Amino acid sequence: MGARYFGAKVMRAEDENLITGRGQYVDDIQLTGMMHGAFLRSPHAHAQVKNIDVSCAQKMMGVHAVFTYDDLSGPLAEPLIQTYSSPSIKQDIRPYLLAKDEVCYVGEAVAFVVADTRHLAEDALTAIDVEFETLEPAVDLYKASREDAPLAHTSAPNNLASSLNVKYGEVDGAFAGADHVLSTSFTQHRGGCHSMECRGVVATYDMTADELKIWSSTQCPYLIRRALAQQLGMPDESVRVIAPDVGGGFGPKAGYYVEEAIVPFAAKILGHPVKWIEDRREHFLSTNTQRDTIWDLEIAASNEGRILGVRGKVLLDNGAYVPYGLLLPITTLIPLPGPYRVHALDVTLDVVLTNTVCNSPIRGAGRPNAAYAMERVVETIARELNIESTEVRRRNFVRKEDFPYQTGLIHFNGRPITYDSGDYHGLLEKAMELADFDGFSERQRAARAEGRYLGIGISSCIEDTGIGPYEGVTVRVDTQGKVHVLTGAASQGQGHKTVISQIVADELGIAFEDVKVQIGDTGKFPQGIGTVGSRVGVNAGTSSYSAAVEVREKALSLAAQILEAEAGDLEIEDGIVRDTGNRNINISLGDLALKLAPMTGGPIPEGFKPSLEATSYETSKDLPTASGSNVCEVDVDVGTGEVRILRYSVAHDCGRKINPMIVEGQIIGGVIHGIGNALFEQMLYDERGQPLTTNYGEYLMPLGSEMPRVDIVHQETPSPLNPLGLKGAGEGGTIPAAAAVVSAIENALEPFGIEIDYYPVTPQRLCELLDEAEQALTAAE
Amino acid sequence: MPDTREITVTVNGSAYTEVVETRFSLADFLRQTLGLTGTHLGCEHGVCGACTILMDEDAVRSCLTLAVQADGASITTVEGLANEDGSLHPIQDAFRKHHGLQCGFCTPGMLISLAAFLRDTPNPDESAVRAAISGNICRCTGYQQIVDAALDAAANINAAGRS
Repeated sequence: MGARYFGAKVMRAEDENLITGRGQYVDDIQLTGMMHGAFLRSPHAHAQVKNIDVSCAQKMMGVHAVFTYDDLSGPLAEPLIQTYSSPSIKQDIRPYLLAKDEVCYVGEAVAFVVADTRHLAEDALTAIDVEFETLEPAVDLYKASREDAPLAHTSAPNNLASSLNVKYGEVDGAFAGADHVLSTSFTQHRGGCHSMECRGVVATYDMTADELKIWSSTQCPYLIRRALAQQLGMPDESVRVIAPDVGGGFGPKAGYYVEEAIVPFAAKILGHPVKWIEDRREHFLSTNTQRDTIWDLEIAASNEGRILGVRGKVLLDNGAYVPYGLLLPITTLIPLPGPYRVHALDVTLDVVLTNTVCNSPIRGAGRPNAAYAMERVVETIARELNIESTEVRRRNFVRKEDFPYQTGLIHFNGRPITYDSGDYHGLLEKAMELADFDGFSERQRAARAEGRYLGIGISSCIEDTGIGPYEGVTVRVDTQGKVHVLTGAASQGQGHKTVISQIVADELGIAFEDVKVQIGDTGKFPQGIGTVGSRVGVNAGTSSYSAAVEVREKALSLAAQILEAEAGDLEIEDGIVRDTGNRNINISLGDLALKLAPMTGGPIPEGFKPSLEATSYETSKDLPTASGSNVCEVDVDVGTGEVRILRYSVAHDCGRKINPMIVEGQIIGGVIHGIGNALFEQMLYDERGQPLTTNYGEYLMPLGSEMPRVDIVHQETPSPLNPLGLKGAGEGGTIPAAAAVVSAIENALEPFGIEIDYYPVTPQRLCELLDEAEQALTAAE
Repeated sequence: MPDTREITVTVNGSAYTEVVETRFSLADFLRQTLGLTGTHLGCEHGVCGACTILMDEDAVRSCLTLAVQADGASITTVEGLANEDGSLHPIQDAFRKHHGLQCGFCTPGMLISLAAFLRDTPNPDESAVRAAISGNICRCTGYQQIVDAALDAAANINAAGRS
């Protein structure tokens, strides 16, 4: 087999429909008799619901039903199912599907109107009369963590959802014996999801078959199926969840939301299909976000700048409920050592409930937070000990010869954290070369002479990718020689169909165009997980390969029997199995498939199971660890506080690349997301818990006009953990970006002695810091 | 009863006369009345640009345009961007070639904005392309491959014009 597609820049199978307007997103689905829903949402951050009067709304034109909590019974009247339960959750507080007697954030669903059209449904929302009695909200993370804070939930003893600790090594000894004990404190803010397609659900119920069919703009159809079946009291097999074309996911669409249960419930009650499409304001109010994390770290360092120990305390704003278990806090702590050999670690993270929208992973989950924290550690050592930060990195990096490397940290699931392979020193050198790092001081000097402030920042990271347990794949050859591939994981733009087709086409010796991949439909493939944590390439890629190998072996072995040849002498080329010694001896894959799928009475060749197909759940033996080093160069306008990114250089290692074009798309998109976090995106609330940023005028997204070109160089360290040497690539752009940008800004403003303790670094914030620095200088004089 | 009006609109070369609610946006009309779901709604307040269509050759936000305002107008949506013989517009081709789309949701608006821009700006440089798409938000791509696609499409349009 010659690899024709693997590793090549193959144009995507997904694109033709999407560039001609023939995509099928949830809102594009039209069903006969379909009704449209709209949610009434809480206008208060914290209130008791005293009474809901829907009598006027029910009488309005075109309205078929108005549902409130009182209409729910059985498991539907219970809180939303916990999809990631954990004994570490101290207070597993989840919302009711519609507010029962207390609302805990602005945007919480209170009632659901179903009408002939969305317009009419929204008309009726205004006629619902809800009597609220407002309660004191817990909004600010730090204040909410204190004992005297208002309670985010009136029935809870405090606002602590969980407290997690990671610890290894001789922490006390490291600090007692350290040449230097340093500290760093900072707050990170990450914004919202902001996939361009908001969430959406269409549900239809077949009463005769007692089957529910749901289309959801989700990353995890199987998670929704399981949760929904439980919540509706139906068998899993009676619930079919389809993720059609999905317009971006970025984490928040991986969760299970109340709307995903209420819309099918309404469809079942009304006997009509029901559609609900989230509008952008609802997205700001009710789709999970990832906001503040406050860090206080102490660092034990040697004179040479080695990281002997890190200890400290982290506060994480959980928002009102815990719908996602502890995925975000866990992914914040587990990768904390990053690419560095940290000899001892003791960090405790408190997960704090507040009266704001739920907090859940956004691209990278907690990994960008962890990477930022460790880069702050490196920068602090560099600054305090007056060592070049590049040198601090080099001295602390895990060395190439140390792989597989155990960080010392044990995951909460009992697994020791191990990095499989990499070359972190190599990546840093490549990134610095790409960025012309050595020429920077001259560029900076020349700019300063003109009154401009250039800065350069570096950030290095690891990314644990490819989390299991599996993403099964079936590969089936039909009687015309076309190959059908079925797998569960939905795509939100990552090109799953393309990369899977590349792997299968190579292995079966057929044209890329002859592979048809179907994904994201629980009715097509029995079990699946979903698209999170840069896992699909590694999991589904490995299973695709393994299933295709099995089909290939089956085809060759059957062909050998039919052609009376040795299987070892056979090859597959353009869908034809040939004897390499005599090319006239051949049989097509389609004919082989036909032999294994005869009609009535037809024989199945002896020793073979019917159907030329195979199913594999094979996956990576452990988590492949991708890695990267980024260099960001900025120009800071000290008059306006504007930060312009002049160049951005990425050295990235995600093992063997299935499709370099797609990998680069993931990296660039990820970097720009990270730059958005560093400079623009801010989901703000006032002290009463009212969201202040609920549209794209108030919440700034990175735009093409402001974003830099991202230069990329690859290093390829194949993972030894899976047969194709794959590592995930979906989040490695975002993870290091904010740290590189913030360090670059600090470097630019070194003459002012400015340290940045919060991002996004808005112009307003920079001007305040510059003013403070100026006042301090004046006072000193 | 909601207020309605009859409008006549040409969309992708076909004439339609329909009764629409006066509160319908042009996007509602295209998507719901005509079933042309290629035009997407990303924010419904005129910032994200996903709903951009050509109205009498101008790139406009169909979420901020009322359907009744389009009475008598000629509209092109993404479904009508390809040539009459079915071959793709150069910007569509270039988007495929350069990986100018990932999830594809902002893509219709991007394609329309760029088609209008390239029609009016034969030899753009990168910063002009970036300015041209500053009213179209993409969360997936980071814009770079969109910019590459636009520059390549401009070159191809020019080459075709010369030949």
